[in-house]
Amino acid sequence: MPKQQANWSPYDNNGGSCVAIAGADYCVIAADTRMSTGYNILTRDYSKICKLADKCVMASSGFQADVKALQKHLAARHLIYQHQHNKQMSCPAMAQLLSNTLYYKRFFPYYSFNVLGGLDNEGKGCVFTYDAVGSYEKVGYSSQGSGSTLIMPFLDNQLKSPSPLLLPVQDAVTPLAEAEAVDLVKTVFASASERDIYTGDKLEIVVINADGIRREYMDLRKD
Amino acid sequence: MNFMASKQPENSLLGPEADSQRTLYPYVTGTSVVALKYKDGILMAADMGGSYGSTLRYKSVERMKSIGKHSLLGASGEISDFQEILRYLDELILYDNMWDDGNSLGPKEVHNYLTRVMYNRRNKFNPLWNSLVLGGVKNGQKYLGTVSMIGVNFEDNHVATGFGNHLARPILRQEWHENLSYEDGVRLLEKCMRVLLYRDRSAINKLQIAKITEEGTTISRPYSLKTYWEFSAFANPAQGAVGTW
Repeated sequence: MPKQQANWSPYDNNGGSCVAIAGADYCVIAADTRMSTGYNILTRDYSKICKLADKCVMASSGFQADVKALQKHLAARHLIYQHQHNKQMSCPAMAQLLSNTLYYKRFFPYYSFNVLGGLDNEGKGCVFTYDAVGSYEKVGYSSQGSGSTLIMPFLDNQLKSPSPLLLPVQDAVTPLAEAEAVDLVKTVFASASERDIYTGDKLEIVVINADGIRREYMDLRKD
Repeated sequence: MNFMASKQPENSLLGPEADSQRTLYPYVTGTSVVALKYKDGILMAADMGGSYGSTLRYKSVERMKSIGKHSLLGASGEISDFQEILRYLDELILYDNMWDDGNSLGPKEVHNYLTRVMYNRRNKFNPLWNSLVLGGVKNGQKYLGTVSMIGVNFEDNHVATGFGNHLARPILRQEWHENLSYEDGVRLLEKCMRVLLYRDRSAINKLQIAKITEEGTTISRPYSLKTYWEFSAFANPAQGAVGTW
């Protein structure tokens, strides 16, 4: 009898979009709250955003079980770091850890598309964008997930980031004020919800600045 | 001697012997479970059928079980895997009780445990072929969550597995509201189960409804729903569209 192939897939795409924008002294991270499978909506109120450290927040879309496992893994590693170093991990440090964690499962990947946002040690906003196996880059803004193909070109139009290859090195932060950046995020998700079936229901926005972390919500189309 | 050499790629990292130990497909399965939050706790419904492919082999399968003091677990999918999960949970609750410290695992903790178990089995490519619904009340807090065979989990005010996702969730989205009374909750669940009975071929007309509140769990005796088959659309389905089935 020829070898049976598995008739189930260990992966599923639970959809959704994430965005992060870095400012001079703030960082905005946002994601929708819809969780889907195939053509069904599983729930309209699921957060894709996870606070990993005091000034470091991750938004991930893709396969929810892998995303959850990844968040737990990073949270556990952060706790160990705090015990060993008696301080919080900085955003760039967490960025490297996330990359290594993803590559560790290079041959059975976490199906998780991440954007990491926060403030670096000097209080400047930073955003890191990843693929599923850990390839990452520090950028001024990014989007991942099912709506990223719709969102990214619009962000490029509004915020075009300097290339990391340019010399002299240019700052990868947007000149926008915090309120303008939040407004841009709302606009971008409203547009993505129109055309991406996996994006919608509600938008969760997290803003990190010197005062701390603030959370905001906005309703999106439910269809 | 194999003249027709198999062209299937060797994509398994373990040897061929290990494959016979892994779940490839389910054998005896249960169909949908539907559950919702109501004023005093959680209401959950599941029929008592265990199908062996297209044969309705078992008609008294209890697919909902009480877990510890605060939780209720309903399962669809492979029945033997559900029984295995009950054994895992038995041990979990036993060890929790043996601490004898006045604490007991609540529904949130049990749900988290189940999620980890399901996800880890999926990682080993040997899943427990179930979709689980976990509901409960602890310290006045109501909790209702679900986890699939690959570890996808979430909590919500109403959940369903299998066909229930397609047929029951839309009804619940329309008619569920906060603080449903017990009677309204049961009526709503029965409405969902009736639709499933009409339209899911693996559903049978013998179901149980379970209730869990701060006081404890009650699983009803098996009963059946009243059905009406004389709807004109049932009696003469081709009326509006000749040639349809």
